[in-house]
Amino acid sequence: MTLTPTRPVTQRPTTGPLVEQFEYGLDAPICLTWELTYACNLACVHCLSSSGRRDPRELSTDECKALIDEFERMQIFYVNIGGGEPTVRPDFWELLDYAVDHHVGVKFSTNGFRITPERAAKLAATDYVDVQISLDGATADVNDPVRGAGTYDAAMKALGNLQAAGMKDFKISVVCTRHNISQLDEFKAIADRFGAQLRLTRLRPSGRGADVWEELHPLPEQQRELYDWLLANGEKVLTGDSFFHLSAYGEALPGLNLCGAGRVVCLVDPVGDVYACPFAIHEQFLAGNVRDTGGFDTVWKHSELFADLRNPQTGGACTTCSSYDSCRGGCMAAKFFTGLPLDGPDPECVKGNAEGSLAAVDPGSLPGTSQDHSHTGTVRNAPVPLTLSPTRAGRPASACDESPLAPARGTGTPGWG
Amino acid sequence: MPAAHSGVREPRVREDGAWQLRDSVALRPEPFGALAYDFVTRKLSFLKTPTLVEVVRRLATSATVAEAMTDAGVDGTEWAAYLAALDNLAHGGLIQERAA
Repeated sequence: MTLTPTRPVTQRPTTGPLVEQFEYGLDAPICLTWELTYACNLACVHCLSSSGRRDPRELSTDECKALIDEFERMQIFYVNIGGGEPTVRPDFWELLDYAVDHHVGVKFSTNGFRITPERAAKLAATDYVDVQISLDGATADVNDPVRGAGTYDAAMKALGNLQAAGMKDFKISVVCTRHNISQLDEFKAIADRFGAQLRLTRLRPSGRGADVWEELHPLPEQQRELYDWLLANGEKVLTGDSFFHLSAYGEALPGLNLCGAGRVVCLVDPVGDVYACPFAIHEQFLAGNVRDTGGFDTVWKHSELFADLRNPQTGGACTTCSSYDSCRGGCMAAKFFTGLPLDGPDPECVKGNAEGSLAAVDPGSLPGTSQDHSHTGTVRNAPVPLTLSPTRAGRPASACDESPLAPARGTGTPGWG
Repeated sequence: MPAAHSGVREPRVREDGAWQLRDSVALRPEPFGALAYDFVTRKLSFLKTPTLVEVVRRLATSATVAEAMTDAGVDGTEWAAYLAALDNLAHGGLIQERAA
């Protein structure tokens, strides 16, 4: 499969900047994300993986251990484990120990509901394990509309438990949205209070994120605010190198300023499918499955998709832009899910170069998602609407309500829009 | 690491010294050189040429830094650059001094 027709096969350079080397791919990923389960106790409105319900084809405990063995052989030094909510897997803690025993360090993301004082104490006593608590608002009124009722309090409790257990350098992971960009200093203060490190990442129009992208992605002036804040705070704040599209403002941000998809980054999903990156769970970016002959190693080294991604882009609208060396065209997944060409500008191009093509995109032609494990029924900690939008007041709260003026009930339906 | 940029840092690696890869660090060969990962500090670094990887691999079994560099095929014109690269690794904690 060819993603863009303008990628001639070229030879890896033998010298030059590492970034150029990385574009040709590595023998194993530097940063591998492993979503352990699509099951989740929450229903966040922007979930990248459209998680909620467990997939019956999920990798078994033994298959997971065999995959960890393979990571060890390939010298993948650490993996980022996520989901879904990874801790809902009954074998999660067993797999964590297995990975650590096999020299595969783990950083896992959790909503914190299951980080009890006992669990926090065990985590604090384990080397090679790092914990990341998700928090998308510095206050409950900003966080809970996105992540769900009670999730702010649960995250605070988990952070307190980790701190009390003596855990060091755990992370608070924030997806930057239109509603929380003004809270960056407050997030930093929360992190400092718990002895944690702040990690900011970019909202992507992937999974359910596509449904809320228009309402949640930062406005142009907020992108500038974020860039200035990141420059001022430097390497003390982690970003997963996710804001490299902002480097077109001027000075490059710390970290790798390139799209690592299929080159230094990939995603293994709960059923063993290997995608180019965590933000690209779509059949167009599916490279293979760890259950295939040859396993993960063969998918990484020999898939056609990854070979294609490792031929650096040489054509397209962006390569004539004066900022191309800084932002390198931005995020492939963000372009794909907003209906933009992959060799053109990022939808959040800070030069505004995507505005024309975005306006021309037919909403009906958007790729949508190729898998959806979202909850279909009621979720206890459902996202709470930020405001009751007047445009919705006249609609029935659910298909079964007799009166169109009946108040909305707590359902799994996000309140955006 | 402000010292890394100031240029006035005291060099630690001398060619008659004896060094080795730190116990907690693993090297993964790559086409450009190698990734170096410290399992304790969780710090990832890059060795940017295959020759540098070869020098680092030979440190533990060579009597001196000079011997490791010679055996790895570092030529005279690059001698100072490789010493500086090793010094960077020492300051980053990737290699440690050992008894000669």
